[in-house]
Amino acid sequence: MKRTLLALLMITTLFVSFACERRGAGNSGGTAGPIAVGYYGDLSGRTSSFGQSTKNGVEMAADEINKAGGIDGRTIQIITEDDQGEPNKAATVVTKLINQDKVIALLGEVASSNSLAAAPKAQGSKVPMISPSSTNPAVTQVGDYIFRVCFIDPFQGEVMAKFSANNLKAKRAAILYDFNSDYSRGLYQFFKRSFTQLGGQIVSEQSYTQGDRDFSGQLTAIRSSNPEVIYVPGYYGEVGVIANQTKQLGIKAPLLGGDGWDAPQLWQLGGASLNGDYISNHYSVDDPSPAIQKFVADYKGRYNILPDALAALGYDSMKVLADAIKRAGTTENVKLRDAIAQTKNFPGVTGQITIDGDRNAVKPAVVLKLQDGKFVYETTIAPEGSAATRLSTPVKGATLGSVIPQ
Amino acid sequence: MDTFVQQLINGLNIGAIYALIALGYTMVYGILRLINFAHGDVYMVGAFAGFYIALSFGLAGPSFLSLTLVLVGAMLIAAAVGMVIERFAYRPVRKYSRMTTLIMAIGVSLLIENLFVARIGAAPRAFPDFLGSQSQPPYHLFGNAAISKAQIVIFLLSIALMLLLQWIVFKTKVGIAMRAVSFNLNSAKLMGINTDAIISLTFAIGSSLAAAGGVLTAQYNPNIDPLMGILTGLKAFVAAVLGGIGNIPGAVLGGLLIGIAETFVVGYGQHIGIASTYRDAVAFAILILVLLLRPSGLLGATVQEKV
Repeated sequence: MKRTLLALLMITTLFVSFACERRGAGNSGGTAGPIAVGYYGDLSGRTSSFGQSTKNGVEMAADEINKAGGIDGRTIQIITEDDQGEPNKAATVVTKLINQDKVIALLGEVASSNSLAAAPKAQGSKVPMISPSSTNPAVTQVGDYIFRVCFIDPFQGEVMAKFSANNLKAKRAAILYDFNSDYSRGLYQFFKRSFTQLGGQIVSEQSYTQGDRDFSGQLTAIRSSNPEVIYVPGYYGEVGVIANQTKQLGIKAPLLGGDGWDAPQLWQLGGASLNGDYISNHYSVDDPSPAIQKFVADYKGRYNILPDALAALGYDSMKVLADAIKRAGTTENVKLRDAIAQTKNFPGVTGQITIDGDRNAVKPAVVLKLQDGKFVYETTIAPEGSAATRLSTPVKGATLGSVIPQ
Repeated sequence: MDTFVQQLINGLNIGAIYALIALGYTMVYGILRLINFAHGDVYMVGAFAGFYIALSFGLAGPSFLSLTLVLVGAMLIAAAVGMVIERFAYRPVRKYSRMTTLIMAIGVSLLIENLFVARIGAAPRAFPDFLGSQSQPPYHLFGNAAISKAQIVIFLLSIALMLLLQWIVFKTKVGIAMRAVSFNLNSAKLMGINTDAIISLTFAIGSSLAAAGGVLTAQYNPNIDPLMGILTGLKAFVAAVLGGIGNIPGAVLGGLLIGIAETFVVGYGQHIGIASTYRDAVAFAILILVLLLRPSGLLGATVQEKV
C-alpha cells in the first residue's frame, strides 16, 4: 500500500515538473505568425449571456484588426475557453490557455469572482490579463499584470446612491444582494456607504444566494420597512425573478441595479414587471456619438442583436490590447504590460479609456431606465476628480479572502 | 400582523410545490421501499416539457387555456419519463438488494441532469407567463398583505391534484391494488394483481404530480434550468420524511411545513441572528431532528420492520 502511494506521489511530481518545464519555454510569443490571445468566459453556465456577449465583442474587434492588416503584419488569433461561470474552472482554463496555448495575453472574465480566481494564475505566470468588465476593486489588486477597461464598484455603487438621493429624491433605501458574489457584496457595501453619506437611510438589508428561486420572504421583510427604492446589485438570472415577485407582492418602489442586469434574458424573465426600474451601466446604445452608432450598427449587422455593455467592453478590451501591442512593438510580457499600463485617452466605445495607477479605467457611468424591453438613457454621472481611484482601497467585506491566495 | 400573514402565504405557496413533489417520493417508497432520487429531476423534466410545449405551440400570452394545455402535456410527458425510468433502470435491479436500486436512482438522477446540461446548457430559461403576473397587481387582503393570481392558482391546483390522488388511492380499484402492493408485494402478486403494472402506474402518477409542481412553480418563478430539481427535490424528500415517508397526507403536511419554516427563516431569522442564506440549511436540520427524535415522521405509524 505504502509503495503504491509512493509511486503515485512520484508520478505526480514528475507531471508537475513537466508542467513547469513547459511553462518556462513559452510566453515569449515569438516574432512571426499569428498572435495568440486567450479569451475565457461563461459560455454555458448560469451567466452565459455575459460570456457570449463579451466573446462576440472580442471576436468582432479581432476581425476588424485582422481585416485592416493585423498588427505590424501579424494577425490576432483568439483562443476561447468556457469556464461555465465557475471560479475553479476559470482558474483551470486560464492555466490551460497559458501553458498549452501559450497565449501572450488573456481577456476575461465578466463576473468578479471568476476573474479573482483566474487572476493569480495570470499574475503567477506573468501573462497580462485584461478583464473587460469585472468591477470589483480586488481584481486588479491581485498584481501588476492584471488590468481592466471598466470602472470599479466603489464608483458604480456611488453612481446609484447619488442617482437615488439626487434624482429620485429618495431618503429610505432597502438592499437585496447576492451573498456569495464578490460583485454583489462589493456594490452593496459601496452603495450603502455613499447613500448614508448623502443623508439617506438603509431601512432593510436582505440577501439571497445565486440559484435561489423564491425571494418572497426577503421581499416581504423589505416591504414592511417601507423603502422608497430597493437596490438589487445582482445578476440578471435572479433579478428577473425578483422583479416579478416584487410586483406580485404589490411593492411599488422601483428596483435599482448595476451592469449585472444587462442581458436580453432579463426581459424574458421579468417582462413588464421591470418597467420603471433603473440600472447603472458602461454605455448606452442610444448614445448619438458616431463612434458608438457605428459600433452598434456593425455589431447588429454581424450578430443580429443590439450590443449590450458587455459586448462593448469585450470589444474595447481587445482594442486596448491591440493598441498596447502596437505601441510596445513586441508581445514580450514585461514590455506589453508596461504598454497596457500607459494606455491614455484611448477612444473606446465605452468612453475614453485611461488606465490609472491601480490598473483600473477611469470613466463615467450612465444611468438607464428600464421600459418595455428597452434600456432608455437617463443621465450620465462622471467620477468626481479622481474619486474613483481614491476609493479603490477595498472596503471590508467587499472581497472574499479565500479567493485570493496569500 | 399583515407581514406575518404575508409570510404564511409565501410559505404555503412554496410548500404546496414541495408537497406535490413529496407525494411522488412517498408513493414510490410506500410500494418499493425505494428513495427515488431521480424524482427531483423528473420535476425539472416536467418544467422543461411544459416550456417546450409552449414553445412549439407558440403559447406565450396570458391565457388560462394555455396553462391547462401546458400543464396536462407536461404531466403526460413526465408520466412517460417516470415509467421509462422504472422499466429500464429500476425493474431490472429490483431483485437485487435495496442498496443497488438506491445507487441506481442516484445514477439515473445524475444522468438526467448531465444529459440536459450537455444538450441545452445550464443557462436559465424563462418560462412563459400564462397568468399575467408580470403586469397584474396582486389582490389586497388587509393592511399590506396581498395575494397574487399565481399564488392562488398554484395553491388551488395543488390542493385539487392532492384530492384527486387521495380519491384514486382510496376509492378506485387501482388504488386498492396499489395499497395491496404496498402492504405486501408478494402476497399481492399471489392474489392476481399485476404488480409490475401497478408499480409502473405509481411511478407515472408520482412523476406527473412532480411535473405539475414544475409547471406551477414556473408561473411564480419563471426561471427554469436543468439543475433546478436538485435542491427542490432534496427538500421535498425531507418533507416526505418529516410527514412520515410512505404516508400520503404526511407528505402534504411535511411539504407545507418545510415551505413555511423556510420562509420564516428568511423573513424573521435576521432578528435572532440567522441570515436568510440559512434557508436551505433549515430543511436539512429538520431532517436530522426528525431522524433523531421521531424517525417515523409526524403522521407515520411506528411499526416494526418486517423481517
